[in-house]
Amino acid sequence: MQIYLPIAEVAVNALVLIGLGGIVGLMSGLFGVGGGFLITPLLFFIGIPPAIAVATGANQVVASSFSGVLAHVKRKTVDFRMGWVLLAGGLVGSSAGVLLFNMLSRLGQVDLVVQLCYVVFLGLIGAMMLQESLRALHRARRSGPIKPMRRHQHGWVHKWPLKMKFRASGLYISAIPVLLVGAAVGVLGALMGVGGGFIMVPAMIYLLGMPTKVVIGTSLFQITFLSAYTTLMHAVSSNTVDVMLAVLLIVGGVTGAQIGTHLGARLRAEQLRILLALLVLAVCGKLALDLFLRPDELYSITPGILR
Amino acid sequence: MRRALAPLLALMLLALPLAAQQSPPAPPPEQIVAGLSRDDVDITTSFDGSEIIIYGAIKRETRIPQGHPLDVIVAVEGPAQTLTVRHKERRLGIWINTSRVSIGSAPSFYVVATTRPLHLILTPAEDQRYRVSIPLAMRAFAGPMEVEDAVPYTEALMRLRQASGLYRQDDGAVRLAEQTLFRADVRLPANLVEGFYSTRIFLLRDGKVIDTFRAPIEVRKVGLERWLYRLALEQPFIYGIMSLTIAVAAGWGASAAFRLVKRP
Repeated sequence: MQIYLPIAEVAVNALVLIGLGGIVGLMSGLFGVGGGFLITPLLFFIGIPPAIAVATGANQVVASSFSGVLAHVKRKTVDFRMGWVLLAGGLVGSSAGVLLFNMLSRLGQVDLVVQLCYVVFLGLIGAMMLQESLRALHRARRSGPIKPMRRHQHGWVHKWPLKMKFRASGLYISAIPVLLVGAAVGVLGALMGVGGGFIMVPAMIYLLGMPTKVVIGTSLFQITFLSAYTTLMHAVSSNTVDVMLAVLLIVGGVTGAQIGTHLGARLRAEQLRILLALLVLAVCGKLALDLFLRPDELYSITPGILR
Repeated sequence: MRRALAPLLALMLLALPLAAQQSPPAPPPEQIVAGLSRDDVDITTSFDGSEIIIYGAIKRETRIPQGHPLDVIVAVEGPAQTLTVRHKERRLGIWINTSRVSIGSAPSFYVVATTRPLHLILTPAEDQRYRVSIPLAMRAFAGPMEVEDAVPYTEALMRLRQASGLYRQDDGAVRLAEQTLFRADVRLPANLVEGFYSTRIFLLRDGKVIDTFRAPIEVRKVGLERWLYRLALEQPFIYGIMSLTIAVAAGWGASAAFRLVKRP
């Protein structure tokens, strides 16, 4: 079933797009990541122009994250207060990230920077998460019943001023590190064309010490708003959001997200984190290979003229 | 005497307007009369490419000349685009884009269909003049040249475009019957760009073009495709809000639907 996309100006198989959306939606519901880091490269692969893939990916992320947030709100696993503070930082970071992105494209090396960002961040985070969750799983298995996660690790981050109470997370910490995490994720998200959930989730767990239970819902909450902002910026500044493409991805995506969320409620947190870590490492490995191996085609075509 | 002159005079009178009409450039002894099965292509939501039949006949006052055989070339060309071709090189172990060539005008789509292999029926000089073959269809370089030799870049452009089916050379795809009737079926792919496409037909003998024929094909988006495209360009903010509304509504809808499924 071929369908012609009005903005991308290519015809693609609608079922492939729905299936793609479904897989990414499943990830989104399961892990609390927006799925942008998967959808964008997958759209390149099926021949969607990169600029359109990035912008439309953001639009798809809005739908799947929103669907996921609703499911988490029902289960009361969203820390709204934390979400708003993260978002405030995120909007500032995202705007700065877009400026940086434009600067890099003028220099002509934006592709390389984006790819390097992916490899470095996905590699670091994937390795960290895998190591941590394997250790946690090992510990849990050895000591029989599941021990509660060590919380309230009062590190340097917790000594800062401007303390706020985040009841849903059971935290009483300074707002400054929360804002900084939000901003950093915003910059990287805009630069890499993703919502930033795969950075946000580990940052919340390891930097802010939030319990895994609320991390996913809160991350989805923040991602919904941040990618809505990104989508709007892309639509206005470069007309690169293809709504037809987005709708097809969304149809698959929202369904996948629901299944993922319900599936996630049945799996153990440690197992979920191992799965996410492996997924992150797999994407990182693929991107690293692309950078280091000799490509089949050394030439590439991009529309327009760069000055 | 008068009676004998009358028919002769009548004949001369009849011949006069014909002669006056034809005198300035001597018409080619053989001319193309052609038609297209359609002169517009509508891009709808379910658009999956289109087939255009280009057909015609050779009109001649005299008998079919002997000697060199007659050949026909049909070229369909899409709207021109500006492009940048980039080249990757290994730096510090990583493959990165190091140099680029900007191409000021390359057709978004180009197909050449011929009766026989192109190099056998068209001399290089005539090819230069009419820009028929794929390499000559790409026209100008743009911007400062950063590289010494642009040839590998244009070759790469042709290779990539041929691989994606946007550039094609179909030798033998034009059927010519009795040196008079010809027909070419040109397939337009699904990834078409909107705009005016030009169809050129060349009639050849001995490697020389003896007559040409041109006709436009308009490719345009219609219905929902057109509406969305216009909205995205003219009202980007409203378009963005609409995209977001759809996304949020779909997200909520799926969530609500699953709750209904779960309840019983």
